[in-house]
Amino acid sequence: MTRVLLTGARAGVVQCDACGLLSRPAGPEGAGNCRRCGEMLAFRRRNPIQRTWALIIAAAICYLPANILPVMTTRTLKSVEADTILSGVVRLYESGSWVLALIILVASVMIPLGKLIALAYLLITVQLRSNRRRRERVRLYRMLKAVGRWSMLDVFVATIVVALVQLRPFMSIVPESGVMFFTAVVILTIFAAGTFDPRLIWDSGGEAGREDD
Amino acid sequence: MEHLSADVVACPDCDLLQRVPVLPPGGTACCARCGLVLGSNKPGSLDRSMALATGALIAFLLANMEPLMRVSVAGETSSTTILGGVQTMWLQGEKITALLVALFVFVAPALDIVFMLAVLLASRRPPAPRWVGALLRWMVLSGVWSMVGVMMLGILVSLVKISSLATVEPGIGIFAVGALVFLLAGMSAGFEPREIWSRVRWADGEGPETGR
Repeated sequence: MTRVLLTGARAGVVQCDACGLLSRPAGPEGAGNCRRCGEMLAFRRRNPIQRTWALIIAAAICYLPANILPVMTTRTLKSVEADTILSGVVRLYESGSWVLALIILVASVMIPLGKLIALAYLLITVQLRSNRRRRERVRLYRMLKAVGRWSMLDVFVATIVVALVQLRPFMSIVPESGVMFFTAVVILTIFAAGTFDPRLIWDSGGEAGREDD
Repeated sequence: MEHLSADVVACPDCDLLQRVPVLPPGGTACCARCGLVLGSNKPGSLDRSMALATGALIAFLLANMEPLMRVSVAGETSSTTILGGVQTMWLQGEKITALLVALFVFVAPALDIVFMLAVLLASRRPPAPRWVGALLRWMVLSGVWSMVGVMMLGILVSLVKISSLATVEPGIGIFAVGALVFLLAGMSAGFEPREIWSRVRWADGEGPETGR
């Protein structure tokens, strides 16, 4: 079935990002302000593809030190041990709590990596003007936005553990700089997901405004 | 097409123009093309959100005043609150991380609750003043960055982690955080911003439209 669908861009109307009201833009230079909430109107976000790529690349760069540098050091009377995210997962697994190890592995390794790969896939398919599996792609995008925050888990665990285990001289745990890089990865991927414009998935491919079901 | 009627919307995810019909109680409208939920009619949603937001405010105060847990090894004991963790992070030199954690688990949820209460109270008698619109815009941001649910899981993971090293006793704070997670989820799930926007006084001084 092929039919012409009217989108906001084709009808020449702008939807307010904040309150959702449709307006006619004031002019080609600037769209003006929303009549209802006063927010500045924009046809679309500016250069969403380049901006999202920039954020993904920045996150991928931070991902290396986040995994190589230790996130915390445990000092006991007998030993001093520095743990990276992955060695922390291994240690949890070895101590018998494989459920916790799995939770941390999913939150700290699989979600950030999966998010970077999935965002790159969405950007590439948009740049190739693909019109296949649009519904699945927009669903993937919504999932990315929903799960991103859960990667902060390890940082929160470090915050609580570091505060509680200050029992000098028996045992103390201090945070290391890996925590900062890891936080940067999480925040950059959350920003990247927010910068990507899902409407690009629907603009690209085929004749503009046509939908092949 | 000259006058854009208020029931025509462009889907935020795919830009398709469509008319959202008057919904029956409990009904939900989804985008015809991409399936995004465009609006729903939840009877009594404003009152329910108000009740849950009040509960969340109390749980939030308790969660931040009472210790989460008490740890003891060989007679040495220590306990902490969420902000205590942030403070230790800061003192140990991870200042950026400390600030961000404070933003995600203290500032953002606090603003979320306070903005929600202010919006709901101010829009009980329409037309709502214009600052309600500004708060609604801010609430989108505070919602994105509020991570109490993740913190709850983080607290549970640290509880199990520490229990292999020392004796751990859960405190009142941990239960308050647990309650806060559910109250916040219910508060946002039942909230329908479209309903508030239809009551807000317009920036150009004309609205809200009467015959909606």
